[in-house]
Amino acid sequence: MSVTEKMTSPEAVLERENLAYLGDAKGKSEGEWTPKIVAFCCNWCSYAGADLAGNNRASYPAEIKIIRVPCSGRVNPLFILRAFQKGADGVILCGCHPGDCHYMTGNYYTRRRMALLFSMLDYLGVEKGRTRVEWVSASEGAKFAATMNEFAEKIRSLGRNVRLEDIRCRN
Amino acid sequence: MQRIGVFVCHCGSNIAATVDVAAVAEAAKSQPGVVFATDYTYMCSENGQNLIADSIKEYGLTAVVVCSCSPRMHEATFRKVADKAGLNPYMVEIANIREQCSWVHKDTEIGTPKAISLMKTAVAKVNLNTPLQEGESKVTKRALIIGGGIAGIQTALDIADAGYKVDIVEKTPSIGGRMSQLDKTFPTLDCSSCILTPKMTEVAQHENITLYTYSEVESVSGYVGDFTVEIRRKARYVHEDICTGCGLCMTKCPSKKAKNEFNRGLNTRTAIYTPFAQAIPNVPVIDTEACIHFRTGKCGICAKNCAVQAIDYEQKDEIITEKYGAIVVATGFDLIDLKPFGEYAYNLSPDVVSSLELERILNAAGPTSGHLQRMSDHRQPKEMVFIQCVGSRCEDDRRGKPYCSKICCMYTAKQAMLIKDHYPDVNIHVFYIDVRTPGKAFDEFYRRAVEDYGVDYIKGQVGKVTPQADGTLLVHGVDMLDQKVVEINADMVVLAAAVEPNPDIRKLATMLTLSIDNNNFLNEAHPKLRPVEAATAGVFMSGVVQGPRDIPETVAQAGAAAIKVVGLLAKDKLKTNPCVAQSDELYCNGCSVCQNVCPYGAISYTEKEVRDHGVRDTRRIAQVNPALCKGCGACSVACPSGAMNLKGFSNRQIMAEVDTVLCQ
Repeated sequence: MSVTEKMTSPEAVLERENLAYLGDAKGKSEGEWTPKIVAFCCNWCSYAGADLAGNNRASYPAEIKIIRVPCSGRVNPLFILRAFQKGADGVILCGCHPGDCHYMTGNYYTRRRMALLFSMLDYLGVEKGRTRVEWVSASEGAKFAATMNEFAEKIRSLGRNVRLEDIRCRN
Repeated sequence: MQRIGVFVCHCGSNIAATVDVAAVAEAAKSQPGVVFATDYTYMCSENGQNLIADSIKEYGLTAVVVCSCSPRMHEATFRKVADKAGLNPYMVEIANIREQCSWVHKDTEIGTPKAISLMKTAVAKVNLNTPLQEGESKVTKRALIIGGGIAGIQTALDIADAGYKVDIVEKTPSIGGRMSQLDKTFPTLDCSSCILTPKMTEVAQHENITLYTYSEVESVSGYVGDFTVEIRRKARYVHEDICTGCGLCMTKCPSKKAKNEFNRGLNTRTAIYTPFAQAIPNVPVIDTEACIHFRTGKCGICAKNCAVQAIDYEQKDEIITEKYGAIVVATGFDLIDLKPFGEYAYNLSPDVVSSLELERILNAAGPTSGHLQRMSDHRQPKEMVFIQCVGSRCEDDRRGKPYCSKICCMYTAKQAMLIKDHYPDVNIHVFYIDVRTPGKAFDEFYRRAVEDYGVDYIKGQVGKVTPQADGTLLVHGVDMLDQKVVEINADMVVLAAAVEPNPDIRKLATMLTLSIDNNNFLNEAHPKLRPVEAATAGVFMSGVVQGPRDIPETVAQAGAAAIKVVGLLAKDKLKTNPCVAQSDELYCNGCSVCQNVCPYGAISYTEKEVRDHGVRDTRRIAQVNPALCKGCGACSVACPSGAMNLKGFSNRQIMAEVDTVLCQ
């Protein structure tokens, strides 16, 4: 591959753009970076699963911030876009297992809706690894912690996400 | 702007060990809207609660954030505190800094910033909270029982005895259900009708019970406390209020070749009939397909013979509409179709019978007056083979069921003993996979069959039943314990067919928005903690419609369903969850998307006159019934114009949380 090819390859362009954004991060060098992760949890299964993880003292990284919603089907795609706009590095959505939805069908809508949204985000440059839907029941505290550890690890390996970030929102 | 108070709990050392609670309270003071912040050892203690209540009054707080354990734990507690102090309970938000912070993070270095972040998020949300009022809905003090078997009968009696009105809708001409078809009941061998018919009479005579037999539920609308049900009263062609039940019409009827459903088709009945002698109500029905008058326009013998002119060939189906506060589904079961089990020759020989057919044969009121006979030549059998698990525990889902039907082991032991009691010379062989006898006095009962009565139990399955030229049935089976092939020349073969819910349940489940499992059994709201309630509020279940069970279990469950119904009907008003969806009429364009995603049928449409920029306009607008809405928020996401929102979890509130979570 010639130098010009290397310079104009999509990866290189992306890399440069990323660096340009990163240069704007005030006073934050690469080493200090901790990811920002939003976890939407449905009230009946996954939020209770997160509580159980707490009861069992199953730890997961502090960068995971949980937002309680009544049902995974309550999560509007706009919330996820907003999170990326505000600088989230990853968004995970947790709900009851298919068939177990407290509201009967909410998680089926989530499943279909998020499949579409995540492919669109992937197309826009927010890699599939940064978005995830996971079914966690109220009895799966260990699974909740394991999922969060795994997801945080994945986000760390992917590095900072800047594709949809609006730097005017940065503070 | 709200006046917010932030209360940070130590929870002893549960939170304080890994979160610097004072620092969280200090950080709260600089948050927008926060006028007061403090920390305390145990917020949920009486002193902690007083601290919150006093601060609400002292600082004139309009909103409260409690940083403590999970909202699933104490949200209700703190809402009550707010309510007592004169603050709307829905102006309280919880920051979960125990289960989701102090317990999962190791030290204050990590715990404190996370707790501060959670606190800020809760403050951001509560800034946008609005006071919500719990709604009230009325309770119609009348219950509907669908199905008049032992489950429905017992539920109805228990509710009626508590002083509430009950209606029973039964599809067939008489109540009684499957239990009325049985001869004796295990493990005590009481006569089934002797214990059932007094209950049936009690139902008929109870001042609080109305019976709608030969009727079906046509449609259901409404919600807990206020269901509206249409019931189709099928034309009997006999006036219930005039008929004296003398039975002369039945003895005179010349059409005697209709299949007798009550006897499982083993004999015939007249075209005008009651299913069985003790039928309640004791009023016949005309089977129009068999009746000569309905087929040819002639005959009319029954009408001529009826002394009280109760017969009316012109009668039409009638739809009645009634209001109910609660509905109990008790539609019971039937045996599976045995036609696909060709290897057992059920279709080829009348001497291969299902267990329920044998029950009718053994019953003194049955087709053979209780004499054990082969249906082909009316000879008394000498060798009998019982085949267990026909269609139960069956891997082939095209013809069988994966579950254990639970009652077959016991009724087979019962039938074997009853036969041995009357015909000691009959040899009985039972082919089984396992004998399952969990239940009070069940195993003793089974052992009596083996040890005292000498019933031959063979562990193994039957591969084929071949009808022979001499009228016997050659049973080819395997004895797994002796590891050999067994061949028995039987006179009669009895198939313990699997039970399955009545097929009508699918239609009913759609009407009542009930969830059913792969085998058409109803799903309960919680398999352990809410075993008689359906997920749909105000609907309960009783009997085999929920899963295979025997009579005592059904009666116990019927009592449980009844007390749930009574608990509901005893209330004058029901409180409704205020966190429900609401549509903004200015944005709604009546597209029906929300209605389609709503699993509770809570959304309807209305024509409403709106003023938009001074222009009068009539629009089709979505309306949410707060008594039906459960607050899942599916509509608020599906709405293409953003008109739907969920109170308590509004778009703005969640957006504010997202913003704050990412803002550090």
